[in-house]
Amino acid sequence: MDERELQAGFEATIAADQRIEPRDWMPEAYRKTLIRQIAQHAHSEIIGMQPEGNWILRAPSLRRKAILLAKVQDEAGHGMYLYAAAETLGVDREELTEKLVANKQKYSSIFNYPTPSYADVGVIGWLVDGAAIANQVPLCRCSYGPYARAMIRICKEESFHQRQGYELLLAMVNGTEAQREMVQESTNRFWWPSLMMFGPPDGDSPNTRQSMAWGIKRHTNDELRQRFVDMTVPQAEALGVTLPDPGLRWNAERGHYDFSEPDWDEFKAVIAGSGPCNAQRLAHRRRAHEAGAWVREAAQAYADKQAAEVAA
Amino acid sequence: MIPGDDIGDGFTAEGGHGAVPTQGVETGTGTPRRTWPLYEVFVRGKRGLNHVHVGSLHAADDEMALHSARDVYTRRNEGVSIWVVRADHITASSPSEKDPFFAPAADKVYRHPTFYAIPEDVPHL
Repeated sequence: MDERELQAGFEATIAADQRIEPRDWMPEAYRKTLIRQIAQHAHSEIIGMQPEGNWILRAPSLRRKAILLAKVQDEAGHGMYLYAAAETLGVDREELTEKLVANKQKYSSIFNYPTPSYADVGVIGWLVDGAAIANQVPLCRCSYGPYARAMIRICKEESFHQRQGYELLLAMVNGTEAQREMVQESTNRFWWPSLMMFGPPDGDSPNTRQSMAWGIKRHTNDELRQRFVDMTVPQAEALGVTLPDPGLRWNAERGHYDFSEPDWDEFKAVIAGSGPCNAQRLAHRRRAHEAGAWVREAAQAYADKQAAEVAA
Repeated sequence: MIPGDDIGDGFTAEGGHGAVPTQGVETGTGTPRRTWPLYEVFVRGKRGLNHVHVGSLHAADDEMALHSARDVYTRRNEGVSIWVVRADHITASSPSEKDPFFAPAADKVYRHPTFYAIPEDVPHL
């Protein structure tokens, strides 16, 4: 078959809303877009262990500690599902990690914000994981089979993440005045970065159209952002916290909440490496990777020795 | 920061956690590293069901692959049995040979029960 026929076959599969599977022919640009997206997603899960992992040893009770430990372990698991999906596109998992620690592939800008307060654990579960869920649920229908299947597993587990965060915040807002202030202060810091997680406005997102044509993406950035705001406002009201946007109000005509634009200059600066924690997060990941080298080598040496004994 | 990485130039679809820059992000060459082999993982969800493919992982040997598969794919009682198989031990049909490879099944409609016309008033058929 020549390339035109292969391309037609690929497009027919997408048009029929069927899944593309690893050994199928696919356009090189489709493959590269998916590698970028899945690798970025996997790296985000792995780096995403850091902001909350710091609170495991400082959790206020054994219950909270066990929950947080399980949550952070899930993030590692999500990273593994996604690296597995990326690998079906012909990249090597080790190579992706090398590119992450060399700063040649990205992870989500949200993890470059610090977590100085214990309330951040709750707010990350509520807002950051909430925004992630809004992004991820449509990805369960992504045209690339292995990615869609990984997302189904992840979405099942994210629901626990969001609920544990919200429950933590409920406990705090029903506590002391100081605890309520902690929740408000953390919400103020994480609101705008959470909105930025959906990416730039549709007008500045020229590749969205292509990704939607390929069935990788199902909704535009602004659609998902609006959906997230609409879902979150009543949750904030139930907590009694104020979302830090004076422009936030119900628009009866549209049937949606109006809200202000995030600071896109900040978004671009954080992605470019100037966020509060970029250097720290990457250095930590690099250190963990390098410090684990002897374990990987020892396991390999053991496996080689066992194999040699069986052969002998 | 990568030289020539102009982030103003475009973002593509989001991964689960945010926009992905399309400029200056390498996708990799696929050059294999001297690394642990790839294993495919199959899980039996409960008694009475087949093992189903759930994903892959790297491990130094079979035993480590089983332990890692348990930790990665069954943290919430998703399985009662796990198989791990070295990916390079799997032989697969190729989608590009789909037509000739699966053709023998296509023209044998008589293998399906609906091929046979039976009067509607005959019960239990």
